[in-house]
Amino acid sequence: MKNTFALALALGDDALIAAQRLGEWASRAPEMEEDIALANIALDQLGAARLLLTYAGELEGAGRDEDALAYLRDDREFTNCLLVELPNGDFAVTMAKLLLLSAYQLPLYTALAGCADERLAAIGAKARKESAYHLDHAALWVRRLGDGTDESHRRMQAAVDEVWPYAQELFRPWPGAPVDPATLRADFDGRVDAVLAEATLTRPADGWAPAGGRDGLHTEHLSFLLAEMQVLHRAHPGAKW
Amino acid sequence: MVDPEIRVVTIAELGILRAVEEDPATGRVTVTITPTYTGCPAMDVIRADIRHALAAAGHPDSEVRTVYSPAWSTDWISETGRAKLAAAGIAPPAPAGAGAVVPLTLAVRCPRCGSPETEQVSRFGSTACKALWRCRSCSEPFDHLKAL
Repeated sequence: MKNTFALALALGDDALIAAQRLGEWASRAPEMEEDIALANIALDQLGAARLLLTYAGELEGAGRDEDALAYLRDDREFTNCLLVELPNGDFAVTMAKLLLLSAYQLPLYTALAGCADERLAAIGAKARKESAYHLDHAALWVRRLGDGTDESHRRMQAAVDEVWPYAQELFRPWPGAPVDPATLRADFDGRVDAVLAEATLTRPADGWAPAGGRDGLHTEHLSFLLAEMQVLHRAHPGAKW
Repeated sequence: MVDPEIRVVTIAELGILRAVEEDPATGRVTVTITPTYTGCPAMDVIRADIRHALAAAGHPDSEVRTVYSPAWSTDWISETGRAKLAAAGIAPPAPAGAGAVVPLTLAVRCPRCGSPETEQVSRFGSTACKALWRCRSCSEPFDHLKAL
């Protein structure tokens, strides 16, 4: 029960923070179709976040709903992975982040769809279909940029190198959780390696492994993101459109 | 009741409406719906529209339940729904197939001229469930409901 709550909260936080970051691209993406695509992916992430946080609130039993969890917690109480809170960087960095995130979420949601917890299974079965589209989209751009011009290749490789260390935190063993993310690493590697190879990019070596997100220890970037995301709700509690 | 964002099909034809039950004792109506995509922003409007339609039909006391399992699939769009989508210029989805996570779409026919010579412009369109396509024969852009 405690592990189910913690996993629902962690995955809900991953999706919520990813949605907020992707939303920052609205009106600024390199082309109009991409603007719409990133907003759509953000919306999918937000949809999954709402389901996961609502369920986490029910499991906690302290009367907190999705809004209380999203808007009234401080950074130390968020358990999202560091990967999703990193700044968007250039478009290549955003696509590298989306590639790693969706290659993690797809097998994770798929495994959840078969887990014993009915609610998590329903959420997993729903969200995995959307994750497959996200992975496809990220893979398409990573291939296009990696196997593109010298400049796009250089920047795509730099982006993969920059975010790669943050992937390791995703697979920290979590015994007792409805799905142990550590069991998904091979699936993730298979998907990401295939994309990198087609994109003529080099897979970075695992080395420095920043972590702490799942324990509430974040980079400074999360605090700024939360300030922007939460200000309206905190300034005007209970405000409605 | 029509879908608020694709106004040519009803929520039943789209497969969003899962059940309508009336309590024989109290007359209270319970409507069960499921979203196409988890983040579909039309869900709140759909819930409000259902309550409004029920109230207008003499059922002021109703409940709208949202379920997520089994997950919605484009395979639930009825034949009538598909025909209406096509007539409105939205290419209907190919069968999603059992078990496949995201199936390959072999050819999407242009809903205007019927040509299979089409290409995807963007996988994400004006709503979460649609992609942007273009016909190479008649040059018209069109929406395609993505198989899910």
